[in-house]
This record gives sequence, C-alpha cells and structure tokens, in this order.
Amino acid sequence: MTPSTTDRIEKEIVLRAARSRVWRALTDAKEFSSWFRVNLESGFAPGQRTRGQITYPGYEHLTMAVLVERMDAEELFSFHWHPYPDNPKGDLDAEPMTLVEFRLEDVPGGTRLKVTESGFDRLPAERRDEAFRMNEGGWTEQLANIERHVSG
Amino acid sequence: MSRADGVAPARLKDAAPLFSALGDETRLGLLIKLSSAGPLSITRLAAKSPVSRQAISKHLDVLEGAGLVRSCRSGRERIWELSPTRFHDAHQYLARISRQWDDALERLRKFVER
Repeated sequence: MTPSTTDRIEKEIVLRAARSRVWRALTDAKEFSSWFRVNLESGFAPGQRTRGQITYPGYEHLTMAVLVERMDAEELFSFHWHPYPDNPKGDLDAEPMTLVEFRLEDVPGGTRLKVTESGFDRLPAERRDEAFRMNEGGWTEQLANIERHVSG
Repeated sequence: MSRADGVAPARLKDAAPLFSALGDETRLGLLIKLSSAGPLSITRLAAKSPVSRQAISKHLDVLEGAGLVRSCRSGRERIWELSPTRFHDAHQYLARISRQWDDALERLRKFVER
C-alpha cells in the first residue's frame, strides 16, 4: 500500500471461500452483477466489452462499461473501465480508462483477493471534476439542505 | 472520545479558516445563492439584501480566502461562483473510490461466504 501515489488503489481481502467459488463470483456476469449491483447485458470474455446499468440504490442513473483484458483461470481477472461514466458529454470511448485487476491466491481456510485499480493520473481533469460534483455534489446538496432548513 | 486527538495539527490549522468562513449567516447566504443560481455579479448578489454592497464584497473576499468561491472579471463587474478547488484534492478523490471498493468487497464477502 503506497498512500502517497494518486495513480492507484490497492485493496486486499481474505474470503472464507474456495478459490473456484471466488473466481465464479468475479467472472460470471450474473454473479458479478448480483454483488456489485449492476445489471450486465452480456458475459465477460477477454477483449470483449460489456455494459450494464448500476443497480446500487441512488446510482441507478449510471452505466458501467468495461473492456475485459485478461481472464487467467482462478488467478487473474482484469478489465478497463471508466470510474465515473456519468452523462458523458464527449466520446467516452476515446478517454483513458482505469485498469481493475483481481488477483486470487490460496490461503489457509480461504482465498486472498487483491484488487488494484490504476491509471487515475491519466484521467482528464474534468472527469475528476465531474466525479467531484457527483459525489461532493453533496456539497451543493448540503447548501440546499441548509437553505431548506433555514427557510422552513 | 475526542476525534481531534487523531487529527494532525496541520489539518486542523488548514480547516479552521474554512469553518470560520462558513460561520457567518451572510456568508452562508451568499454560498446558498451561488449554489442555487450559479455565477452571479455583486449587483445580483446584493439585490434584495439588507447588507451593503461593500459589506458583501468583503464577505466574498473572506470566502475566496478560504477557497470556497472564486471570481473573474466581466467588463466592469466581477462574477462570483462556487469554487470546487477546495475539494479537488486528488487524494480525496482516491479516498472516495477506495471506500467504494471497500463496500463492494464487503458485498462480495457476504456473497461468497454465505
């Protein structure tokens, strides 16, 4: 974990489940859709795109679009995606994407899953701004809350 | 339990001007106006306000000093708008995405461990 960099995120979790089970949850589009909360239109395959509507409450207006990179059985699953594909004004396909990598390894009693998302430094600044507005759009919302509070 | 114990003094020092800038009803009112009505000139901001134009100008300077608003010149007037820079920090952006991954992985855990 290197907290100083702004280019990547690394996560690690030990799951009390067999590697084959975790692999299926990650790479079977139906299973992935279920826990990630998205509604993927087609399955994952290397070099192929798939997309779907986010089903996470409050984020249903978002579309998730991925381009699968690698599927090395029970070892590595990776895809490129746009971290915030909200109302793209330009050609989203032409913009840099981040790379998400899921790495699996056996540990006693389960599976260690490492997730890396990298490539944030290459994202256009306005994309980050947009991401800011969506989330800390909380900010605008908070001001509206204050307004309602004080005028109510 | 005091949360401040765990906060680096430098961060508290950075945060103080922000909260001080927010701690005034005229300034909060200006932020609300800019938030709901977008970029506005001083004339528009001062309209229907019991506070003088000069006072509003001073309040805007305080907000600008805290990084909450920014201005640009348009002819003879300055146009003011909310400034996102206060929240622009790349690390904050990553921290948010990082939290989203934490949530997603917890959902994955529940999914495969059930």
